[in-house]
Amino acid sequence: MGYVLSREAFAAVIADLSKNYRIFAPVRKEGAGRFTDVDAVIYDYVCDSEKIELEAKSDYASKEFLTPLSETLLYFTENEVKESDLDTRPVLVFGRSCDINSLKRLDQIYLDNGLAKDPFYKRRRDLVKYVLIGCGHSYDNCFCVSMESNKCDDGYVFSIDLVEDNIQSNVPDKDFDKYFAQHCNDKKDVAPRYVKENEVKVAVPDSVPLSVITDALWDEYTTRCINCGRCNYVCPTCTCYTMQDVFYSDNGKVGERRRVGASCMVDGYTDVAGGGQYRRKNGERMRFKVLHKISDFKKRFGYHMCVGCGRCDDICPEYISFSNIIGKVYQASKEVK
Amino acid sequence: MGKLDINVGKLKKNAFRYSKVRGETASRIRIPGGVIDSKSMGRVVEIAEKYGTGVINITNRQGIEIPGIKLTDMEKVNAEVQLIIDSLRINQPEKGKGYPSSGTRNVIACPGARLCPFGCYDTTAFAQKMENNIFPNDRHVKIAFTGCSNDCAKVRMADFGIIGMTEPQYNKDRCVACKACINFCKRRSVGALELVNGKVVRDTDKCIGCGVCVAYCPTRAWTRSREHYFRLVIMGRTGKKNPRLAEDFIKWADEESILKMVKNTYAYIEEYIDPNAVEHKEHIGYIVDRTGFEEFKKWLFEGVNLGPKAEVNQRVYWGGRHYDKYGG
Ligand code: SF4
Ligand code: SF4
Ligand code: SF4
Ligand code: SF4
Ligand code: SF4
Repeated sequence: MGYVLSREAFAAVIADLSKNYRIFAPVRKEGAGRFTDVDAVIYDYVCDSEKIELEAKSDYASKEFLTPLSETLLYFTENEVKESDLDTRPVLVFGRSCDINSLKRLDQIYLDNGLAKDPFYKRRRDLVKYVLIGCGHSYDNCFCVSMESNKCDDGYVFSIDLVEDNIQSNVPDKDFDKYFAQHCNDKKDVAPRYVKENEVKVAVPDSVPLSVITDALWDEYTTRCINCGRCNYVCPTCTCYTMQDVFYSDNGKVGERRRVGASCMVDGYTDVAGGGQYRRKNGERMRFKVLHKISDFKKRFGYHMCVGCGRCDDICPEYISFSNIIGKVYQASKEVK
Repeated sequence: MGKLDINVGKLKKNAFRYSKVRGETASRIRIPGGVIDSKSMGRVVEIAEKYGTGVINITNRQGIEIPGIKLTDMEKVNAEVQLIIDSLRINQPEKGKGYPSSGTRNVIACPGARLCPFGCYDTTAFAQKMENNIFPNDRHVKIAFTGCSNDCAKVRMADFGIIGMTEPQYNKDRCVACKACINFCKRRSVGALELVNGKVVRDTDKCIGCGVCVAYCPTRAWTRSREHYFRLVIMGRTGKKNPRLAEDFIKWADEESILKMVKNTYAYIEEYIDPNAVEHKEHIGYIVDRTGFEEFKKWLFEGVNLGPKAEVNQRVYWGGRHYDKYGG
């Protein structure tokens, strides 16, 4: 069941929802981009529907609620430890199909990868429901169709599509129906829009032969890539983190443990005791990243890590195209066979 | 050539050059901010072909000179230049008569935030606003705008140099301690950042507001301040007596104050310029040297309300070579 709402009615729905939920949605942050007077679309909490960016693809991923870039996990003093507090109000995260498909990958790593579930991930995960922002068209660099994440059949409580200044919402979750019914009597069967074809198409090799590891295709990235890590920080499926144990300087016995996002492209990622570093060259780091996204993860879990959102391409300051590299890997894999 | 009877003073004021080639002149096109539309550029080409020698000089101060024009063609050239003047919105009391003055030089700007990744503000727009604020005026004043501390526009050679600044805003919750900002501030700028307990600390005295940290932060932990700020450097000059670089005067200045201070400077010049100056031309710096900096400041700050962030260098000292005192 669904609804067609005016923008005003939609605003009223969001206002009502925000009484019971914290809404975490893409927001156009004026001037927050790298360059002067350039905006960035970043996730933030909103109460006002006008603040939600429904047109542009977000620059940074919706994962920032589940895995914040920086989060204090616990505080410690001498022999005691206290977990950090967490706002336990439920959260609605607005995301596109790629974002919602990325959730399965995050859950896989944090909840279903070995014996333990990550408690700090889980306590956030338990609070979240997803709202689907439909895609009326493909964006720059998207290749979600190739990665089969252009569509989600479930996993969202309601959808929103901005069509000719009206909001179309499909509301599969009955608990949410009341929010819509209150402000709109135009009930219609609407389905969230999704993209059936992207301009960018990739063929992912079924298996990548070992020889690709030493293939010369990685070499150019040693000089082209500046190992800034942007491609990881914006990626909805990157899950790596590192820890910071911090002692407050005026005490020395009290402190906190933080977890912060890590990037396999940035220096320090493979540092080991004794000063060793496994992947020094950016080309090697690129190989690790790409093969993790489209081969190694699949070997372990049976599906690809990458959802084809193209955010890594969007943000790369050096115009390195991840989807283009997949094509090169495909070619190199084929040549071996 | 027949008999030529030309008022050279008027010719110069009308933005024509006194040429070493007798009977010839060059038409000087004013291009505030160094940005000209392609139609106007086409007209420059036409004038050069019709009245000049098909040659166009690009000047040091981002203007254009069309040489080889006959002194007898000046009126016709002025008629044709009108469309360029209109298009570039140059202030003019009377249409069709060419440029009303040339003393206040073309206002320079680097590409700034319209093109350059490091530009901290729209240099072109500010330059055009400044032009509109002060032109026409016969006083010899040089103003230059540059987008960031790289100073590609070489504003330290001008009477007023305006250098873009941003005040980096830090969101510790987005910082992952990757150290890109720290490394690049050190390598490309002044080294004002350090990592303390996993978060970045900025030495606010050391920071020059170049925005390099913002450009390199991969997570948007660093962003630019909403306000655009400026470093105002003053009284740089080239020339025979005492060439010198402009020195820092105000850090974190605002646009409105800068416009006002430059405007105020003209009143100061009228009051104190050497009445016997050659061609009524004297670099402001020499006037300031004569009246003392305190007197200059008094005039400059008339009606100016600097923002709360502004840091004023109350005593400015200049260096440079003093050929006039100690010879070459
Ligand atoms: S690797 Fe690139 S395209 Fe794939 S999920 Fe990550 S950001 Fe999106
Ligand atoms: S964003 Fe581009 S330059 Fe930066 S690490 Fe990724 S591939 Fe390399
Ligand atoms: S001064 Fe700054 S803004 Fe201007 S061109 Fe140079 S780097 Fe760019
Ligand atoms: S604005 Fe420039 S000087 Fe200031 S901290 Fe950033 S990089 Fe360093
Ligand atoms: S570049 Fe950004 S994320 Fe990295 S240390 Fe600096 S502020 Fe933190």
